[in-house]
Amino acid sequence: MPLPSCRVSIGSGPEIPVGGSILSSFTAENLRTLNHQDTPKWLCERRVESYNAFESMPRPSEKEEVWRYTPIDALDLDAYSILPALPRGASEVGQGYLEKELFFEPTRWSSTVSGDLGQREFSGNGLVGGAKVGGLELDAAEESLGSVMRGGDALVRLNDAFHPDAVVVDIPDGVRLGAPILIYTWLPDSFETRPAYFPRTLVRVGEGSDVRIVEVVSGPLRVKGALVVPVTEIVVGDGGSVSYVTLQTLGSNVWHIARSASRVGERAKLKLFTVGLGSHYDRVRVDVSLVGRGASSELNSVYLGRDDQVHDIRTQQDHNAPQTTSDLLCKGAVADSSRSVYSGLIRISHGAVRSEAMQTNHNLVLDESAHADSVPNLDIKENDVRCSHASTVGPIDEDRRFYVESRGVPPETAERLIVMGFFDDIVSKCPIEEADSFLRAEVGSGLKDALGELPGLPNAADAGQEHRSGSTGSAGQVR
Amino acid sequence: MSSASKGSIGLKVHGLKAEVGGHEVLHGIDLEVGPGEVHVVMGPNGSGKSTLAHSLVGRPGTNVTAGEIRVDDVELTGMASFERARAGLVAVLQQPVEVPGVLLESVLVSALSGTDRELTLEGVRRCMGEEAAAIGLEPAILRRPLNVDLSGGEMKRNEMVQIAALRPKYCVLDEIDSGLDVDALGMVASRLERATGEWGLGVLAITHFERLLVELKADAVHVMVDGRIVRSGGPELAQELEHTGYRPYG
Ligand SMILES: Nc1ncnc2c1ncn2[C@@H]1O[C@H](COP(=O)(O)OP(=O)(O)OP(=O)(O)O)[C@@H](O)[C@H]1O
Ligand SMILES: [Mg+2]
Repeated sequence: MPLPSCRVSIGSGPEIPVGGSILSSFTAENLRTLNHQDTPKWLCERRVESYNAFESMPRPSEKEEVWRYTPIDALDLDAYSILPALPRGASEVGQGYLEKELFFEPTRWSSTVSGDLGQREFSGNGLVGGAKVGGLELDAAEESLGSVMRGGDALVRLNDAFHPDAVVVDIPDGVRLGAPILIYTWLPDSFETRPAYFPRTLVRVGEGSDVRIVEVVSGPLRVKGALVVPVTEIVVGDGGSVSYVTLQTLGSNVWHIARSASRVGERAKLKLFTVGLGSHYDRVRVDVSLVGRGASSELNSVYLGRDDQVHDIRTQQDHNAPQTTSDLLCKGAVADSSRSVYSGLIRISHGAVRSEAMQTNHNLVLDESAHADSVPNLDIKENDVRCSHASTVGPIDEDRRFYVESRGVPPETAERLIVMGFFDDIVSKCPIEEADSFLRAEVGSGLKDALGELPGLPNAADAGQEHRSGSTGSAGQVR
Repeated sequence: MSSASKGSIGLKVHGLKAEVGGHEVLHGIDLEVGPGEVHVVMGPNGSGKSTLAHSLVGRPGTNVTAGEIRVDDVELTGMASFERARAGLVAVLQQPVEVPGVLLESVLVSALSGTDRELTLEGVRRCMGEEAAAIGLEPAILRRPLNVDLSGGEMKRNEMVQIAALRPKYCVLDEIDSGLDVDALGMVASRLERATGEWGLGVLAITHFERLLVELKADAVHVMVDGRIVRSGGPELAQELEHTGYRPYG
């Protein structure tokens, strides 16, 4: 156990009052084990500052609008403990399909990050032009960590204080990476405690550069409970382009509370794509700030609820510069007694003239005891803009069902085809084609879980796939 | 009245009454379409033609309150719509429905699975290709999600491909000619005419225009006004209506 040797003092030491509740793990003492002698000073300071901020902050509460419709009051932080350094080999290797599929063809990725938090393994055969993928030792870390996710709530502060490491992707100006980067995090089971994990990712992309990243978070399947609080920051330099795909397939006893914040420069493009399949409570909050003229963002989000899961998607499209465009489509289904919440805000500030923003949310409610809430919001301070939002919540469309059945398709098959189609319609918008096959396989296995055996028939995404592989072009989407 | 016709082959509709939104729209329809026959229903807007089509295939929202619908001796009233299709009756409705993400080939394989016309995916694809060529439809259109972003005419041709692939005994076509350009109309009508011989397809075609009947040879034309068949005759009746309109029947 490394001794606390960072010279930065933490408040008044171990006896600092811990705001009302006695936290079993998120303590100044535990912070010291992270802030050991190898830890750079700036990071020690950041952690301490964040920890103190956390201590003085209210805990998230359902009374706040941002946590409305969620079970957050049931989150008992005291029940979780941090595992600053995981024992090597704690992760279960051979996670079946997913891991095999991801690492099958190493040349598919220009760089891979794998292994446990705190002990990442990096490989980067395809990194060119000074592009770097590494940890907190990279210069970009000090300059950019916390530069997009400023402040933040108590949980972000916990991540700031307790993330054992960070994955830093630093792409200098004018670099175009061919293959995407894979960040694969498998969170291991811990049998004695309910672990708390704080993954952290930082992406900095220079002017005119182009990078595509696939992040997969998977893990503890057999724990009594786990808390996973990832924070991701993305900076897209002027004229740059970032595609970022996230797949979450965490175990059913996990609280997954993720946040990402991005800043997009002049004429730069950001494409985010999130797939939420796992967790007991799966929250994804995505804030995108378009800060340069002509910046654009596209967010597509997919979720599928089973059993008593809750999927909770919060988005914010911030237009802070003229002629910025943002497009958002969130689609999900809830089965059994699961629930989903979508709440999104389009904010257009003064001066962001001739901006365009779209926000669409479609929810399929597959069982009577399932439920979905959809709350779109607009906050527009400029006249010369185009905004639209649309949302639907309901069972499978009667007309669609009838149309398919009236060809002679039995009702159960018709339902499965339509639900598969509902998902394929959005999965086919995945901006990274190297991620297509495993995303579709994962969504497919989730659907099989929710609906029973699926007809082994192609769907529109397959048609797109054939078209793609038959064409010489890049990852262009095919309708 | 109906007992005399029992035990014979055909699409037989007797005394059919149906209501929509609480109002009776069909007040007792009698029609018999034999294998390979083409019957045409014409009539003013709102006379109940689409309601007839909906009643025959069991579309939710249309309530059949009296009468019989038989396909070769199988009573269809009370059956779910997929069972009616499997019993041999498929309709092309006035407005096809978009089904995002779903491919026609998957619908066709599922629809034929467990029937005497069971086809593999390959078989369905081959059939779709041939049928698309027969009516001049760009095959790539059939790889798009069902009816999503298709033009009006493309949708109707897509429906024609479905009829040809499913090969029902009888089909109800609700204005399959609307939205088709002249060339497409000719090709679709010819394909239907050929089908009447090829597998004895019986056709009940609802239309406003006599043009459909140039290639598709009608055996009978029925005039529907206010939820009743008010007159039946041969193909010459369609030509006559073209000149007189429906005023004489009002
Ligand atoms: N949902 C409904 N509620 C109430 N009335 C309805 C409903 N649907 C149809 N109707 C009425 O039923 C009548 C018959 O409609 P239908 O669509 O069958 O006519 P149609 O002969 O097909 O007309 P068109 O030539 O315009 O296609 C019309 O008066 C129509 O307004
Ligand atoms: Mg009609």
